[in-house]
Amino acid sequence: MARTPIEFRHNGRDQAIFVEEGSNLLDVLRRGVGDFAPKYGCGQGTCGCCTVLVDGEPHLSCLTLAETVAGRSIETTSGLGKGVELHPLQQAFMDNFAAQCGYCTPGMLMAAKSLLDHNPSPSRQEVVEAIAGNICRCTGYEPIIAAVLDASSRMSGRRSA
Amino acid sequence: MTLHPGRGFAAINYPIGMNLGGDPSQALVHSNPDGKFTVALSSIDLGQGMKSVTRQIAAETLGVPVEDVYVDTADSDTGPHCMGSFASRGTHRVGNAVIQAAKEARAVMMEAAAEELEVNPDDLVTDGKGNIHVKGAPSRSIGTGTACAAAQFKQGKTVSGRGIFLVPLSPVDPETGEMTPVTCFAHAAMVVDIEVDDETGEVSVTQMNSAYELGRALNPKLVEQQLVGGAWMGMSHALWETTEPYYPDRSHGPIDFNDYLMPGPGDIAPHHISILERPAPDGPFGGKGPGEMCANPVLPAVANAVFNAVGVRITDLPITPEKVLRGIRANGGAKPQRRW
Repeated sequence: MARTPIEFRHNGRDQAIFVEEGSNLLDVLRRGVGDFAPKYGCGQGTCGCCTVLVDGEPHLSCLTLAETVAGRSIETTSGLGKGVELHPLQQAFMDNFAAQCGYCTPGMLMAAKSLLDHNPSPSRQEVVEAIAGNICRCTGYEPIIAAVLDASSRMSGRRSA
Repeated sequence: MTLHPGRGFAAINYPIGMNLGGDPSQALVHSNPDGKFTVALSSIDLGQGMKSVTRQIAAETLGVPVEDVYVDTADSDTGPHCMGSFASRGTHRVGNAVIQAAKEARAVMMEAAAEELEVNPDDLVTDGKGNIHVKGAPSRSIGTGTACAAAQFKQGKTVSGRGIFLVPLSPVDPETGEMTPVTCFAHAAMVVDIEVDDETGEVSVTQMNSAYELGRALNPKLVEQQLVGGAWMGMSHALWETTEPYYPDRSHGPIDFNDYLMPGPGDIAPHHISILERPAPDGPFGGKGPGEMCANPVLPAVANAVFNAVGVRITDLPITPEKVLRGIRANGGAKPQRRW
């Protein structure tokens, strides 16, 4: 199979990599780049575990052709925290017990980050809509919704401070 | 179209663990070279908090800070035997095994500390913050880590302990079949409020109120998150999850996340939970454990609420819009039973 060289930004760093023709972004991130944060769930774009941001927009990396991200910027949960300092979303997920098994968490965090980047003070309904493409089978969603709203108020406190 | 409100109630008794072959679980506890402790288990933590709760139980029994305990559930090939994470048995069965193992390890740690301090081990106490001192004389003290290191590298003792929990097998009365299959029960009661759309047959849950009695809540936040998540699973069993309908045959049935429906974040309802603590005499620090019972009362409560709302008694799950509509039609229209 043909291998194509592509370059993209990965969590703020330039990444150059050969990708197999037709390979998906999730495979390239996990096997090529070694970023194991995005998870493989269903492989057909219905569970949301593999959600990453492409130029700030949430994308299902299992359905995204790797070659289409050439020259674009990819964000995953590996890039959320700064060193040991967690992103307010990560801290709010911990404080609100928004994970049990944790498998959906990386996708939830990226869907939530995209929401808060575009809409820093979302309503509960807007949070529900933002995570509606991400399946969670442990928490019953309520702690996740609470965590995103909590992160939003923490971040607005930080902005006004 | 009318939205009919309905309210349903259910109460359950839930047995903790089971007694098929004694329901055993084992634990091994040992001090590492750095004087901290590892608890080895084969019990699986799949998010329910097995590692957290056994860590707390071990630390409390050993008398060391919880930070000084690591729980290893990595490998059921090499770890001590466990029947498994099911039947709401984890906290109770494994917790009891951990207590037994931690007591044995603690005794060695206290002997080692006594030898270092040149006192009688019976005169020593732990402060839970990493120190062992003479009762009434806190200045005569030694760190738990230092005592464990002295045992391992000076006195030639392993600071370790073995634990097992095994339910005495209950004989079956040949005449009546009577036996005692479990050692304790947890209890729950739940009121579910719903709305039924008499045009589409859709049932939406609007509120849940529940009370759970599950012994001492060893980690109240973990208990709460299990109950919230479990009630969601109960809603899912009651109203969503099925491989039906399929028309005209099975090959047209739901096979993936697109069609096999479960409630999404927009389908959930506020859930108010009261935790009642009645410590179990044979539970680890009185704990029984929430486990499967989180989901159980939701199903009968929703079924009762549907009857209350539209007078349709549905006896097979899930309560799909199709079944509700067929029921309403068979009754010649919605027959609200509301008396609240």
